[in-house]
Amino acid sequence: MARSVTPRRKMINTTAAWAVGLLIFFPILWTILTSFKTEAQAIAAPPIFLGFDWTLENYSVVMERSDYGRFLWNSIIIAGGSTILGCIIAVPAAWSMAFVPSRRTKDILLWMLSTKMLPAVGVLYPIYLLFIEMGLLDSRAGLVVVLMLINLPIIVWMLYTYFKEIPVEILEAARMDGATLKEELLYVLTPMAIPGIASTLLLNFILAWNEAFWTLNLTAVNAAPLTAFIASYSSPEGLFFAKLSAASTMAIAPILILGWFSQKQLVRGLTFGAVK
Amino acid sequence: MATKASRSAARLMMAPAVILLLGWMLVPLIMTLWFSFRVYLPLRGGDQGWAGFDNYIRFVTSSAFWPSVQTTLIIVLGVLAITVIFGILLALLLDQPMWGQGVVRILVIAPFFVMPTVSALVWKNMFMDPVNGLFAHLWRFFGAEPVSWLSDASLPAIVMIVSWQWLPFATLILLTAVQSLDSEQLEAAEMDGAPIVKRFWFIVLPHLSRAITIVILIQTIFLLAIFAEIFVTTGGAFGTRTLSYLIFQRVLESQNVGLGSAGGVYAIILANIVAIFLMRIVGKNLD
Repeated sequence: MARSVTPRRKMINTTAAWAVGLLIFFPILWTILTSFKTEAQAIAAPPIFLGFDWTLENYSVVMERSDYGRFLWNSIIIAGGSTILGCIIAVPAAWSMAFVPSRRTKDILLWMLSTKMLPAVGVLYPIYLLFIEMGLLDSRAGLVVVLMLINLPIIVWMLYTYFKEIPVEILEAARMDGATLKEELLYVLTPMAIPGIASTLLLNFILAWNEAFWTLNLTAVNAAPLTAFIASYSSPEGLFFAKLSAASTMAIAPILILGWFSQKQLVRGLTFGAVK
Repeated sequence: MATKASRSAARLMMAPAVILLLGWMLVPLIMTLWFSFRVYLPLRGGDQGWAGFDNYIRFVTSSAFWPSVQTTLIIVLGVLAITVIFGILLALLLDQPMWGQGVVRILVIAPFFVMPTVSALVWKNMFMDPVNGLFAHLWRFFGAEPVSWLSDASLPAIVMIVSWQWLPFATLILLTAVQSLDSEQLEAAEMDGAPIVKRFWFIVLPHLSRAITIVILIQTIFLLAIFAEIFVTTGGAFGTRTLSYLIFQRVLESQNVGLGSAGGVYAIILANIVAIFLMRIVGKNLD
């Protein structure tokens, strides 16, 4: 409901919105700034905002001391693997529900959504036990499967809403022009579906990257991703503000950047198409 | 265009997703139900037989149960109140014409992308630390005694951390809803001399009601399950033990699986009550 307003009013809006925006963003900004300070400057009183000696020392210390690369690699494998695996399973399902709907399609979609509502803590021990039995505890493969399963309903839903928007008429037109099923899939449907699939991959990568219940409870040393790496800073290392900040910045930076590209998909993906 | 052949092909394409989710739902659920009726102490003798409803009774009669329900309610209701009220105000503000709207949007949304362990630790140490935290500096600047947030005001502190994480979500969804509001109706009301409060109350709020309901339902489901924020800040101490954290402690820390599973069944029932309402709204939208 954008309306034209006086420049004065626009000025006030701008000031107010920027003030609130910066306030909300401040903890992140402060973390990034602190990561470039020395430990002494990080706890200086009064706090130093910008006038400190910028240093990259914390980053090198964190990387050396804590084997950061391994945690990062685990995060990439777990988030990426679960997202890709989820898409491989979800694309055909969403595809068939969008293009060959049956009477039960709606029920199946809603039922899938309901599995997402199952509180993780309610099934913690069974999963823990199954993981021990199958030798999956503290393994990346196990986490890939679990994160794929918890995000599968969202992936199916998002893909379904995207596929639904592809007009069926285009398919019929292609068929009239003599396209075979293979050509239809390859040259007509795929190009139209790719943007939707890409946004789905993006949002689910972010969700899997930040997942912090199963990653904390099902990993120890080998498969621990960045969520667990940061949790290990809980104490007493957490009191070294500059190093904590450097570790935090490295854990969130890639996702912040990806996240900014996925704002629109966020609404669609997390409200299951109920808010447009 | 759906022929018989394409229908069976469709069923085949759906099968992997359906079977996997069915297994993911049923297997652990049945196991939890089974354990909840057993005396099951993995470190102290394993499965020691049938317990009837003992676990269910013990879980709700233990001294930790009611405080944990209270904590859960305070956190969920506190965060909901803050995120919905500020979310509406922020959505209305961000909808106004201004310079740099896109950048402000990005700033506001950013906390949602911060992993829970990071936001919990950053708030705990860099802001709420009673000696070196930024709040302590601020308090001392105004001549006040710094507060030990996570021990003396643990619940408000956790509500604040979690609200910061979820405010972007509420704002974003409410903003999407605000943007679909018909501006002509508002302008007509403005011309007729309706004051801003009335315009908000009778036009904007009814228009947002559906989005608000969805925000409340989705957030409730996630908020009932918050874990990392408590795990890394207080570890459940200082009155911050929620129902899910209590179950986690029963199952993994004290390894009383029977008791914890009974708690898990309660949690599942609770989540389902909320879920039913959410599914109704989503289901209506599918038609």
